Amino acid sequence: MGEEGLTRALSRTLLHIVIILVALIWIFPSLGLLVTSIRFPHDVASTGWWMIFKNPFNSTQYTLENYITVITRCGIGRAFLNSFIITIPATVLPILIASFAAYAFAWMRFPGRQSLFVILVALLVVPLQMTLIPILRVFNRLGLSGTFPGIWLAHTGYGLPLAIYLLHNSVAGLPSELFDSAEVDGASSSYIFFRLVLPLCIPAIASLAIFQFLWVWNDLLVALVYLGGTPDVAPVTVQVSSLVGSYGQMWELLTAAVFISIIPPLILFFSLQRYFVRGILAGSIKG
Amino acid sequence: MHTKRSTPWLYLGPALAALTFFLIYPSINTIYLSFLDRSSERFVGASNYVYVFANRTMLTALRNNTLWVLIFTPLTVFLGLILAVILDRVEYETTIKFIIFMPMAISFVGASVIWKFVYAYRPPLAPQIGFLNAFCGILRLSPVPWLIRKPWINNFCLIAVGVWVWTGFCMVILSATYKGLPRQLLEAARIDGANEWKIFWKIIFPLMMPTITVLITTQVIGVLKVFDIVYVMTNGNFGTEVIANRMYKEMFNFRNFGRASTIAVVLLLLILPMMLVNLWRFRREGVR
Repeated sequence: MGEEGLTRALSRTLLHIVIILVALIWIFPSLGLLVTSIRFPHDVASTGWWMIFKNPFNSTQYTLENYITVITRCGIGRAFLNSFIITIPATVLPILIASFAAYAFAWMRFPGRQSLFVILVALLVVPLQMTLIPILRVFNRLGLSGTFPGIWLAHTGYGLPLAIYLLHNSVAGLPSELFDSAEVDGASSSYIFFRLVLPLCIPAIASLAIFQFLWVWNDLLVALVYLGGTPDVAPVTVQVSSLVGSYGQMWELLTAAVFISIIPPLILFFSLQRYFVRGILAGSIKG
Repeated sequence: MHTKRSTPWLYLGPALAALTFFLIYPSINTIYLSFLDRSSERFVGASNYVYVFANRTMLTALRNNTLWVLIFTPLTVFLGLILAVILDRVEYETTIKFIIFMPMAISFVGASVIWKFVYAYRPPLAPQIGFLNAFCGILRLSPVPWLIRKPWINNFCLIAVGVWVWTGFCMVILSATYKGLPRQLLEAARIDGANEWKIFWKIIFPLMMPTITVLITTQVIGVLKVFDIVYVMTNGNFGTEVIANRMYKEMFNFRNFGRASTIAVVLLLLILPMMLVNLWRFRREGVR
C-alpha cells in the first residue's frame, strides 16, 4: 500500500468512527429510557442504567412491575385509551373534509378560487396561539371544553390548511382525460369524487394520515388548553407531563410511562416507514 | 367542466366553515383582545405591548427564542447536511439514518423526559444516575445541575433536545437533494484534483442552497413556537422562559387574556416574514 492508499484507509476509518459515534450518541438516551423502565426502583435510584451492561443477561435484574404500576395506578392506561379516542376522529375528520375541498380547488371553476387558495397558504403558518383564547371562550360557552368532540373539532380546524394544500397537489396531478371521459359518460361529481379521486389519491392520503395521527398523538398544547388536566379525558402526553411534576425523581415510572406513550408512533415508524417519512416531510410546512 | 354553480361550494362548505371558525375569526379576535385589559372589558391602548417589551421575564423569553433560532436552526441544518453527505459514502447508510430519524416519532414530551434523565443531577458524592453527570465523574469533574445553571448551560441543554429530535428531519430532506445532484460534476472536480473540502464548499453547498433556505424557514417558524420541551423540562424557570410558554402562563396561571393575546400577536409578527417567504414561493410555483 502506497502512502496515498494509507491516508485513504485512515480517513475512511475516521469516517466510520465518526458515524458510529454519532449514531451511538443518538440512540443512547432512548436506550436509557427502555432499560430504566424495566429495572427495579432501588436499582434505578442507586446505580446508573448502563450498569446492566456488566451482566446484561442476568434476567433477575429486570421487571415489568413499573409498567403495571403506571398503567393501573398513574392513569397511563386510561390516558393511552384517551389518546386513541382523541386521535382517530381527529385524523379522519380533517382528511375527509380536506379531500372534498381539495377536489373543488383542483377541478372546479368558481369565482374567488385563486384568492381563497392564497388565503389557505397564508393560514398554513398562523401559529395556534393566535386562536387559543377566542376558541376556548366559545368552547366554554358551548360546553365543549374538556370534551372529546371539542378537541376533535379543534384538531380538524388546525389540520385543514395543510391537509387541503397537500391533497390539492395530488388531486391536481391526476390526468385531466380521466375527468373528461367520466363526464362524457355522464358521471356526477360525487361519483367522480368517491370512485375516482379518492381511490387514486390513497398514497397521498396515507402519508397525510400518518402525519396528522402523529401530530395529534404527540400534541401537548392543544390538549392542555381545551381538555385541561381532567384525567377522564387527558391524553397520554398531558398525563406524562403531569407525572413529571408529581413523580419527578421516580425515573422507573416516568420512563415506563413515556415508553408506553411512544409505542403507537414507533409501530407506525417501523411498519410504514416510507409513508411515515413522506408524511413528515410533507407536513413540515405546517404552522 | 359543466357542474352546477352551487356544486363547488357544496364541496368547499365544510372546509371554509371550519377554517373561518377555527383560524380566521379567532386570529382577528385575538388581535382585538390584545388591546383590551386582562378580562377583555376595558380598552387599554398599547399598554399590553409596552408590557411585553418591558417586562423582565418577557425580555428573557424574547432573548431565549432568539437563542433558539440562532443555535437550533444552523445546528440542525448543518448537522443534517454533514450527515447527508458523509452517510452517502458508507454501506450501512440506511441503518444509521433510521436511528437518527427515529426521534421524530417520539413526542416532545417523551423526548423531554428522556433527556431530563440524561441531565439528572445529584449533589457531589451521591451516585450519579444521569448519564451526563456520571460522565463528568469519570473525567473527575464535579456534577453540574444542567437544567438550573443559568443563563447559558440550561438553555443550551434544552436546545440540544430540540436538535436531537429535528436533525434527522433535516438529514432526510438534504440527503434526498444530495442524491439528486449531478454526480459527473463531483467526479469531474475530483479528477481535476479538488479535495473533498473544496468540493463540499464550492460545489455541493451552493447547489443545495435552495433546499437549505426552505429548511431554514421551516425550522425558524417551528422554533419560534417552541413550547413542549420548555414546559416539561423547566417550565420556563431559571431563565429558560420562551414566548409560547409565557403565553400559556399568562393565559392559565395569571388569567390575563389581554397580555396573553398580545404575546400571541407578537409571535405572529415574528413568524410573518417567514409566511411571506412561503407565499412568495407559492406564487412563483402557481396554483397549477
